[in-house]
Amino acid sequence: MKVPLKWLQEYVAPSVPEDDLASKLTMAGIEVGERQAIGGSWEKIVVGQLVSVEPHPNADRLKLVTVDLGTEQLTVVCGDPTLKLGDKVPFAHVGATLIDGRSGEQFHLKSAKIRGIASQGMLCSEKELGISDSHEVIMVLPAEAPVGVPLADYLGDTVFDLDVTPNRPDCLSVIGIAREAAALTGQPIKINEPVYNEGGTPIERQVAIEIKAPDLCSRYCAGLITGIKIAESPPWLQQRLLACGMRPINNIVDVSNYVMLEYGQPLHAFDYNQIRGQKIIVRRANSDEIFVTLDGVERKLSQDMLVIADEQRAVALAGVMGGLDSEVSPNTTAILLESANFNPANIHHTSRLLWLTSEASMRYERGIRPELAVPALKRAIQLMLQMAGGEAAAGFIDVYPGRQEPTPILLSPELVTQLLGVEFSPDQIVTVLTSLGFNCERSASEIRVTPPYWRSDITIAADLVEEVARIIGYDRIPLTMLSRPIPKQDPKPIFRLKQQVMHSLVGYGFQEIICFSLTSREALNKAQTRADDDKPPLRLSNPMTTEQEFLRPSLRASILTALAANQRHEEGVIRLFEVGRVYLARPGDLPEEPEMVCGVMSGAGSKKSWHGEDRPVDFYDGKGVVEALFQQLGVAAKFEKGQDNGLHPTRQVAIAVNGQTIGVVGELHPEVAQAFEISVPTCLFEIDLSAVLPFASDHRMFQPIARFPAVVRDIALVVDKDTSNQQVTDIISSFPMVSQVAVFDVYSGAPVPVDKKSLAYRIRFQSIERTLTDEEVNDIQQQIMARLATELGVTLRN
Amino acid sequence: MLQQLEELKSNALQELASIADAAGLESWRVRYLGKKSALNAVLRGISCLPLNDRRAVGTLANQTKAALEDGLQQKELALREFDLAAIAGREAVDITLPGRPLPVGGIHPITRTIYEICDIFTSMGFQVVEGPEVEWDYYNFEALNIPEEHAARDTMATSWVDAETERGERHMLLRTHTTAVDPRVLETMELPIRVVTAGKVYRYEASDATHTPMFHQLDGLAVDKGITMADLKGTLYEFARRFFGEERRVRFRCDYFPFVEPGVEMAIECLVCRGAGCRLCGNSGWLEILGAGMTHPGVLERAGVDSQVYTSFAFGIGLERLPMLRHGIDDIRLFFGSDLRFLRQF
Repeated sequence: MKVPLKWLQEYVAPSVPEDDLASKLTMAGIEVGERQAIGGSWEKIVVGQLVSVEPHPNADRLKLVTVDLGTEQLTVVCGDPTLKLGDKVPFAHVGATLIDGRSGEQFHLKSAKIRGIASQGMLCSEKELGISDSHEVIMVLPAEAPVGVPLADYLGDTVFDLDVTPNRPDCLSVIGIAREAAALTGQPIKINEPVYNEGGTPIERQVAIEIKAPDLCSRYCAGLITGIKIAESPPWLQQRLLACGMRPINNIVDVSNYVMLEYGQPLHAFDYNQIRGQKIIVRRANSDEIFVTLDGVERKLSQDMLVIADEQRAVALAGVMGGLDSEVSPNTTAILLESANFNPANIHHTSRLLWLTSEASMRYERGIRPELAVPALKRAIQLMLQMAGGEAAAGFIDVYPGRQEPTPILLSPELVTQLLGVEFSPDQIVTVLTSLGFNCERSASEIRVTPPYWRSDITIAADLVEEVARIIGYDRIPLTMLSRPIPKQDPKPIFRLKQQVMHSLVGYGFQEIICFSLTSREALNKAQTRADDDKPPLRLSNPMTTEQEFLRPSLRASILTALAANQRHEEGVIRLFEVGRVYLARPGDLPEEPEMVCGVMSGAGSKKSWHGEDRPVDFYDGKGVVEALFQQLGVAAKFEKGQDNGLHPTRQVAIAVNGQTIGVVGELHPEVAQAFEISVPTCLFEIDLSAVLPFASDHRMFQPIARFPAVVRDIALVVDKDTSNQQVTDIISSFPMVSQVAVFDVYSGAPVPVDKKSLAYRIRFQSIERTLTDEEVNDIQQQIMARLATELGVTLRN
Repeated sequence: MLQQLEELKSNALQELASIADAAGLESWRVRYLGKKSALNAVLRGISCLPLNDRRAVGTLANQTKAALEDGLQQKELALREFDLAAIAGREAVDITLPGRPLPVGGIHPITRTIYEICDIFTSMGFQVVEGPEVEWDYYNFEALNIPEEHAARDTMATSWVDAETERGERHMLLRTHTTAVDPRVLETMELPIRVVTAGKVYRYEASDATHTPMFHQLDGLAVDKGITMADLKGTLYEFARRFFGEERRVRFRCDYFPFVEPGVEMAIECLVCRGAGCRLCGNSGWLEILGAGMTHPGVLERAGVDSQVYTSFAFGIGLERLPMLRHGIDDIRLFFGSDLRFLRQF
């Protein structure tokens, strides 16, 4: 909402400088954004009056104009043929800063000879002054403009651009802001009761109003003026509209806009002669009713929309926009003026469905009060009679099915203290509320407060507390700390688990990323994470783009996209991870949102370093990370043969905890790698942290540290090619006194036979009770070899 | 005997002078000062000598031993210095070569911000809770005094999920603010309550330098007997002091959010111009940091909390803005672009 200060000052004289007023309004909830200074650059521009207009001796289209500037008379060359003797105009002296009418750029006026005659200044168009885009003619000032006075003193102004919150439609008006300014600066507000001569035929004999949808229209008032003459509005009115960001059209439309800006009540003028049957019917639209709004767009309406109609057809989309064929035209001689109140939710609904917002709909959907309709209507009739002449019908029509008596709110001063934490006296409270127009009746313990007719946002006592606080100032409320005992803490373990996982992975050199939760079908397909057909990913019903259409059921697609993008500029191994939720549909309910961690490591040993090159990433890099992670979490994880579509068919494992698969790790499937244009070896893991959570306990029992030395034996075995390390270690570690088994070499090739491979193990034998003897260890080792031989056909390698 | 000792001493010291390493010195020590050395034999044999020889031999033998021990000690010192010099020379490296690199990981700046703020609030007795990102219209809007067709919905353009409830209604959406967790907390947690919740929120918006369809928020809620707006101001001031620093001025002004009354906006003095007015703060000198207020009685009552007995405050912070201001990041999309050249800077 833009408010020119000179307009504001017609209702209130704020006792503070402009800066303070802006700051007070901002602190009280109406933020003053930009402040535009009209005439801020009008130095050396004054009001002049034409005292002679002569033809230019050397040019047919130019004139020599002499301008009286009070103290001197100067002659300039001018091309505007419409100028008349006695016109008052803005006169720019040499050196003034103006805006070029064609390029729109600033320039400094220099003295010039035009067709041989020196021009000692310039007469300005509105565009050259930066007031509007009009550049065809010289701006003509009102007759009362004082000659010789700097133009900035006469026309200059400051326009506040205010950010009005949705609860304050009353502040979408100059008077509304004036009321705030009055309360904030302790000044009275003065609003004149509009008076005019209503000498015409009583309105009831000329028009009838019927509200067929009283649930959507709580009040409909109408006035009638006949014998009007459509013309341009006077300059002062046009300038105010322009300053507020509205385009002047003609005197009738301009006045209805002006009064809307002044009172906050939208008004609509119909061409009375276009209203068939002299009857206005407020009704729901018929289904598929076609209606052309005054912007010329044909719109298809539905039954939940409200229209203003005559006996034959709709003439306006109620509260949103008028109709093209009943709008005021240059030939209009009589107008029916609507000042009504509509249901906010319905106006919002209509405006949203039709993608059509207007100054009117913006005010209605925020809920202006029906009491506003009459004062605004009277004010508009008063101004229209002044601007367009004619005769007002006697009286006005007022159909008011939604009348509600104002309900007083009981406010106890204790509540103010209870909510604000600071005490204000009943006197202070009453003073503040009264200054805002509230009616206060005091009793012993309470104040009965009735909100003024223009406020629609005050319904409960807490609303009044805010009024008191914001006018006295939030800075008057002290700073205190919560003083009651700290409530019982019951922290959610998942938050801690996520943190632990993140810290571990960062320690392993992984960088956390955060990707969008929404993804495309294409990306999901590329990652081969298509879930079963009975569990398709959740889709948005209004996706912005196909890139962001599905809620991801896996973190993979995003992390692989991120990896591919980084590979274009990174050397060496890239390690990325993301901790985030995936969304798994559940019929009739919100989706499951398990917390997942997904990581990738990728690299081909290409980074050159004086230490030597990095080794290409392979399956065991990924598995190592997962093993370390689970060890740090204290969770026993088993690795089983994996069957994940997105991973390499034979270089992947499923991670199982307590018999349940909770994740996978492996090299990327070649097709997936190709789909994401990842050309270097890549390992990926994805783990469901929500499923790990029940097993990630910190209750680990202390194991005594062995006091007796361990005996270490290294053995090299020859095993069948497809015998797994797991099979061998399972057997070895099943023996007593074996405290640790670790494979330290894997070898195939001569002299090991082709269908065999060699595995070398370091075995630690240890007792917590005594030192083991060589003989004992030899004995166990022989038993181990015997079992390996019978069960797996293992031999010792020499 | 005396002459023998003199010879022994001079021979030993002569030999000592030519020793160049620790091993030679050790064998010298064994030979001249060891248990089986000649000198030791002399010292042990003193008691067998004639009485008048004993004094002279004893004195000289002891002097000899002291001289040899002294020589040994000096030689030891000399040898050690010699060795260190040799090692230093032999084993010198180019200390300007880079070390063997460890992979360096990092936490995302948004996650880091969440941790930092959660730490501040947990130290004030708040605990961290979580809520669903895919939410019912009820918790995101209705329960927070934002019924259908409320003008406030226009400021939170919503992405709707293509799914039906058990009764076939379509009310599933991506939460537009973490405030949606508040009614759930009020419904389920025991009073009194002090919680914070952080996470992803979504808007139906195209991306540009200041907007992304997904971003992060942190919301806080305190419910107890006797909670006041002074407590809200004090708590938020403490947050601002710890997050932005002691010297940063803080401003509380009236603002409107449907779920609080009175409503508050907290701003801090502009980080660039310190209040003078610049491009970053839109010439106001202030940067809006968060919205807050005293929880609306309607919100409390709807969740079954008696607003006559309990009062409550709530606040919500947009999380991307904080690291953007702190580090001078000028494009919000960088947070979700996963570019290591960006992420490694934090």
